[in-house]
Amino acid sequence: MSLEAHAIRVRLGGRPVLDGASLAVQPGEVVAVVGANGAGKSTLLRALAGLCRAEQGRVEIDGAGTDTRDRRSLAREIAYLPQDRTVHWPVSVRTLVGLGRLPYRSASAAESAADRAAVEAAMTAMDITRFAERSVTELSGGERARVLLARALAQETRYLVADEPAAGLDPAHGLQLFQHLVALAQAGKGVAVALHDLSLAVRFCHRVALLKDGKVVACGAPGDVVTEQHLAAVYGIRATLGRVDGLPVVLPVSPLV
Amino acid sequence: MRYVPALVWVGLAAAIGFAASLLVGPQGIGLPLGSDAALLVLFEIRLPRAALGFLIGGALGLAGAVLQGYLRNPLAEPGLMGVSGGAALGAVTAIHSGLAAAVPFALPLGGLLGGAAATFAVMVLAGELAGPLTLILAGVAVSSLAAALTSLALNLAPNPFAASEMLYWLMGSLTDRSLVHVWLASPLIVAGSFVLFSTGRALDALTLGEEAAENVGVDLGALRTRVIAGTALAVGAATAVAGAIGFVGLVVPHLLRASARHEPGRLLVPSFLGGAALVLLADVALRLVSPAGDLRLGVVTALIGAPFFLWLVLRTRRELGP
Repeated sequence: MSLEAHAIRVRLGGRPVLDGASLAVQPGEVVAVVGANGAGKSTLLRALAGLCRAEQGRVEIDGAGTDTRDRRSLAREIAYLPQDRTVHWPVSVRTLVGLGRLPYRSASAAESAADRAAVEAAMTAMDITRFAERSVTELSGGERARVLLARALAQETRYLVADEPAAGLDPAHGLQLFQHLVALAQAGKGVAVALHDLSLAVRFCHRVALLKDGKVVACGAPGDVVTEQHLAAVYGIRATLGRVDGLPVVLPVSPLV
Repeated sequence: MRYVPALVWVGLAAAIGFAASLLVGPQGIGLPLGSDAALLVLFEIRLPRAALGFLIGGALGLAGAVLQGYLRNPLAEPGLMGVSGGAALGAVTAIHSGLAAAVPFALPLGGLLGGAAATFAVMVLAGELAGPLTLILAGVAVSSLAAALTSLALNLAPNPFAASEMLYWLMGSLTDRSLVHVWLASPLIVAGSFVLFSTGRALDALTLGEEAAENVGVDLGALRTRVIAGTALAVGAATAVAGAIGFVGLVVPHLLRASARHEPGRLLVPSFLGGAALVLLADVALRLVSPAGDLRLGVVTALIGAPFFLWLVLRTRRELGP
């Protein structure tokens, strides 16, 4: 069982963004996708979630291609959390989380007991039940990030693809969010997540995929992928790797000139 | 106001507007029963006017709510898609060419053709993969061209009577519409409204943005087709029989949005009823103010709409100001 992208090629506006990138996510693991700005992380995640038309390559769930699946059935397999946390109307938190149940509801049907249970469970997991009736636009950045993740959880999918879910969050909320992602993986979900904080990646993720110029140049256990040589080659930085209180730390020191 | 009471109020307002539209006319207030002539007035003159007011107002309110939800912009209105501009050009062309005078119902048919042509042009111009922004640009481009050609037709009017007829038509009116107009417009408006109502769930999902909406199962291409087709049918038919009636599609969803708790899908039914109420009541009001029928409906809705816009500016300034 896995969600896999094979040799994906994508062009955006004539520019090749992905050039034969591959990535696999198994249930029970968190896979980090890291790389410099513009390396193709977001596009790879969108391709994995079936939201991006690939020129070449194939995305499979359990060995079966996803390009022939309709949107609703795919929506029950993969939840996708975009980097953009804009919410366009000031709807209530409960309403927003409920949108995660749309793939299960027919055109005119009201929410079923299963829908309500899934929404309650997602809100409890993200600890947002106490502001269920507040408007999403009144919340702080950290609260909003949790609400949006709860929407993805309410979808009850086997896979979660999240694009920089911790960007813009303070350290406490960033840590909390990654603890949630690890807990989801322990509960059996396969999670792919793009991020820039390499310390978070090596500490929380089971595997790391390193992206450069639209290709995955290294993929494996964090200790094998996040090395001084790789960071120099991919980011053009000198970095120090170490441990503080038994936790792995990556400290970017200076750009290589 | 909460949702259900708001729904009851706009429903009641629409019902009162409809009843008043049947009861008010140049022959005085009251149900003209008793004579054959009075029945004729009721069924041949006032009923078509009330039915068209209900359907056209509803179509404009509904289309406004759908477009605001689809474009995620509270300033969107039905005219943005080019269909009203195209319908106006079609009707004005029918007057200019003399067809309107020579052939029965050439005027609304010209409007329908113009609206359809404008919609087709917008779709071709925007292309298959158009997002909302491309669609707005295409709509604005087609609307501008239609407005320019409409001005040209006015400019080159064969005689002053034709020119004034065009101008009056552009101001929008429900005066002197017959049952044939109702039969012409209502199937299209009803069909278009059904298509527009069907977009509710997808509009809710768009609250999350396009990618997340796709991720919860929305087919964005199919949604765009339904938004364009529904607007073209409902608003095209409305403009073809009644001319340009502005501000309804902009103002009504705005007023009702908070009662629908800002959920785009929940806003659709109240917006239809609210649009119907506004057009019916405005049409009754102008009959009371000027029984001779020289005041135009589009002028009255604009007179209500523009001050509302000013109020909106002031409120936004207060909210954003220091």
